[in-house]
Amino acid sequence: MLHDDLVRILHVDLTTGEMQVEERADLFCGYLGGTGVAMRLLDERVHADRDPLDPTQPVVMAIGPLTTIFPVVTKAVATFRSPLTGEYGESHAGGQFAAALRYAGYDALVVTGAAERLVYLVIDGAHVEIRPADALVGMNVLETGRAIRDRIEGAGHRSIVRIGPAGEMRPRRSAVRYANANVDTFRHFGRLGLGAVLGSKNLKAIAVIGRQHLDLPEDSRAYKKVYAEVYDRVLHTDAMKKYHELGTPANVLPLSELGALPTYNVRQGYFGEADQIGGEAFAENELVTKRACAGCQIGCIHVALYRRPFAPGWEYESTLVAYDHELIYAVGSLLGVGDRRDVLRLIEEIDKAGMDTISCGTALAWATEAMERGLLEPEQFEGIDLRWGDAERYAQGVAAIVRGESEVGRWLGQGEVQAARHFGGAGYVAAVGGQGIAGYWTGYAHVLGHLLGARHSHLDNAGYAIDQKLEPYTDEAIVDRIIADEAERIVQTSVAICLFARGVYDLETISRALDSVGIQRSAEQLQAMGERIYWERVQLRERLGFRAQLEEVPQRFFETPTPRGRLEPGRVAHMLELYQARRAAALAS
Amino acid sequence: MPKILTAPRMARCIGCDSCMLACARMVYKSLSPYKSAIQIRSRGGVMGRMVANICTACAEPVPCVEVCPTDALTTRDGGRGMVYRKAECISCHKCVEVCPVQVIGWDQEEDKPIVCIFCGQCARFCPHDCLEMVEVA
Repeated sequence: MLHDDLVRILHVDLTTGEMQVEERADLFCGYLGGTGVAMRLLDERVHADRDPLDPTQPVVMAIGPLTTIFPVVTKAVATFRSPLTGEYGESHAGGQFAAALRYAGYDALVVTGAAERLVYLVIDGAHVEIRPADALVGMNVLETGRAIRDRIEGAGHRSIVRIGPAGEMRPRRSAVRYANANVDTFRHFGRLGLGAVLGSKNLKAIAVIGRQHLDLPEDSRAYKKVYAEVYDRVLHTDAMKKYHELGTPANVLPLSELGALPTYNVRQGYFGEADQIGGEAFAENELVTKRACAGCQIGCIHVALYRRPFAPGWEYESTLVAYDHELIYAVGSLLGVGDRRDVLRLIEEIDKAGMDTISCGTALAWATEAMERGLLEPEQFEGIDLRWGDAERYAQGVAAIVRGESEVGRWLGQGEVQAARHFGGAGYVAAVGGQGIAGYWTGYAHVLGHLLGARHSHLDNAGYAIDQKLEPYTDEAIVDRIIADEAERIVQTSVAICLFARGVYDLETISRALDSVGIQRSAEQLQAMGERIYWERVQLRERLGFRAQLEEVPQRFFETPTPRGRLEPGRVAHMLELYQARRAAALAS
Repeated sequence: MPKILTAPRMARCIGCDSCMLACARMVYKSLSPYKSAIQIRSRGGVMGRMVANICTACAEPVPCVEVCPTDALTTRDGGRGMVYRKAECISCHKCVEVCPVQVIGWDQEEDKPIVCIFCGQCARFCPHDCLEMVEVA
């Protein structure tokens, strides 16, 4: 908590209904918040010998000391054991959740156990309640949000994290292992299956109402001054311009032109219809408004009007759908879908069911190729014959995955890596380390970054950017940059700053912002903290099963050329050796 | 000429809470957006939109001034809105109850109302120019 150098944790045990508040000085001192605190709390409680969906496994969510009180410090970090990979799970979300938790008076939330029937949690400051959610069984994330909003107070100062049908436990059907947790409609704890973990606890939603007062720092003039400086850099420099203007979809077209946009299940790096689904086309034709997370003046959330006819006689229906580069890639280029309305349709269907769009897209891409090769038959998938670019069939496929009633539907719900273990076809999964890749096909650093990154995510270390900028492009330089970039991002995510503001919040600025609210950490100390947390997290990941080995990279990734040429297994193996050497040296010291 | 706060361009609002945080920080000595005289909400309706609950600076007779049993609230020069003197306030809540647009909040810690002082800090920290201080006759 701000002003007292403690991390204030709310513990909720859904099995017993017990709740308690714990205050930890050691966590604040060593980890500040966000990634550091969430990683440490998971490390203390996770069971390496039990299934990720075992009720005893913990879910941790943490914010940071500057949450909401500085511009663009908007993220909450969740940690859990991932049901998708079986390994370490870490996922970040914006929306109003971090702000609500802050003003509810907590820096972290730890949920363990499982309720006997479906419930939702309401955290209104010190008042915490577990309520029945029987009526919400099978409800999609939009309706779930509405139903709970109508039943709780705190309009304007609340957040609702919820799962859709994909994450729920149901008879004769396991949860989709990449089910996500929706946050306030437009944001998500998107990757690695937090939704399935919440489902395994019979927890449909977590509503947080934050209405507590928090004193200004002692030296309020210093605080206001640094706030105004950061505010000015956020809004009046180019540091965050791209996120506000076209947003992340600005990448679609240039990546395709570069040959770096994964297309047709990564059989090629360019998409002939990229201009139809790029940021410019969406902005000109579909964009209706932008939205922001609480405390962010940028507003990167691009919201489209998905308008379609449903009957003759000029009958139209319309809904609002948020779009981003990763989503456009996952249900667009990767599936050969080049129509914007088709892209919006698939995003909406996947989102409402409560699934990670990237992982659902990579699963469908793999299944399409497997059907094309005759490995899978439509009869195994409710008769659905997947075809590149055919959005109607993909929409049916999404529904079949959520239902989980067919053999292929069930296996695709486990992710394409598990499905390929069962059916074959492991050579052409668009996944590394058990998780589908993000929308880049830039070179070694992207693939290696995905493999070595704690979240198996492009956000861990921005390998895609290293590929595009690094010179000389040597094995050593790539490995060192992947490690150094991730260690620095750990500082940013432990303060729980949105990584889109990483150009504003260099270590020096973070240090000054912390100082203005009475927390003394020099840039050097912050850097050292990031490096320490990096290697501590590596050890936790290894305890949960992570291995940095060449076998995690599918054959397909050595076939399809990148802008850095065709990747060679030998070079990847060499980089992994270099990484192991860095690891051994760091852990020895 | 007195200035009043207006919200003429709320269709541009991104819901960032920056105005509420500014009011809390600059006026109410708080880090919490709950302590702000401007409150941003989303409203459902058929499509949903962002709205600003702000003091409309009523013309004379100003309702909150009328009900105030002390001189804590007096009519501003120029006859639009009020001037608030905390020292005179006896925490009776009458202003909160009478406000026709229900925008006077309550500061639990201070046990005093949260009222707009027409300083324009919220408009200054609005990144999309949704808010505007306007001179009134």
